[in-house]
Amino acid sequence: MADSDVLRAPHVLDYVYKRSVGPVIGAFLTALRDGRILGATGSGGKVAVPPAEYDPITGEDSGELVDVGPGGVVTTWAWTAEPRPDQPLDRPFAWVLVRLDGADTALLHVMEAAGPDAVSTGMRVTARFRPRAERVGHIKDIECFVAEGAS
Amino acid sequence: MSDTDIGPGSDGGAPDGPVTMLETPIHIDYQYTAGLAQSHFLKGISEGRFLGQRCPKCHKVYVPPRGSCPTDGVATTDEVELGNTGTVTTYCVVNVPFQGQSIEIPYICAQVLLDGANLAFMGLIQEIPTAEVRMGLRVEAVWVDESELAPNLTSVKYFRPTGEPDAPYESFKEYL
Repeated sequence: MADSDVLRAPHVLDYVYKRSVGPVIGAFLTALRDGRILGATGSGGKVAVPPAEYDPITGEDSGELVDVGPGGVVTTWAWTAEPRPDQPLDRPFAWVLVRLDGADTALLHVMEAAGPDAVSTGMRVTARFRPRAERVGHIKDIECFVAEGAS
Repeated sequence: MSDTDIGPGSDGGAPDGPVTMLETPIHIDYQYTAGLAQSHFLKGISEGRFLGQRCPKCHKVYVPPRGSCPTDGVATTDEVELGNTGTVTTYCVVNVPFQGQSIEIPYICAQVLLDGANLAFMGLIQEIPTAEVRMGLRVEAVWVDESELAPNLTSVKYFRPTGEPDAPYESFKEYL
């Protein structure tokens, strides 16, 4: 049997996980729908974004939820020259970790930029939200980050 | 998730109420390559035949074949056509509905040892009340109409009892 006789077929797995988000992530998602970003205050006054239900160091319940951003600083990034079909943006983009103003941890998201030369660690960026009618309470309610002043 | 399909984040309740549920659609796009042995097997299936392969060392017949013998680590090159009948070695009654289920519950999913094979084969058992299915039950494959035969296992609709006496336990005890 020749190699050309080998059968090939698409094999697509599609399934949906549905989970309850709890009071803290629920508040975070609800705020995103309102165009706000929330962090959770933990031990030593550190603010975690996205907020965790429990302080990662002490295990205590997280404290008050506070508004952070929408501006922040890129702490590290990776350029994606050829986005895959399911990725957040359909054009070349950067994965970025953004430490939002008022936060002590960095949030993973994507950044729209003309090219890798337009992205750098330490640069100021800001969240670009989708229009209110398109926001549903999901991390993708933030469409992407853009260089501050570029939006 | 595509760029345009951000998925519902709220739980379908009040659109402006607190978000309590999150849906995360998973989409994984594979291109499956069957390989030589399995391609040959699937072509047999598209002709309404079970084709296996025999190990040249231990002489066991594998169906579906994977192209090598897991015991001896050698290529299985001898092709063997098996018959349409076999024995239920073990089975389970499926009573639990799950997403994507295409068969009405309850139904029987069984391991069928085709006559002449040394590897049991998964199939449905029908045309018998659920409570009467048993280990050792003799069955035969029921295929879709010839015009619907395709190189995939939907060509085998199910197995049904042949009416023969049950196979003795000793004849299939090594295949459980």
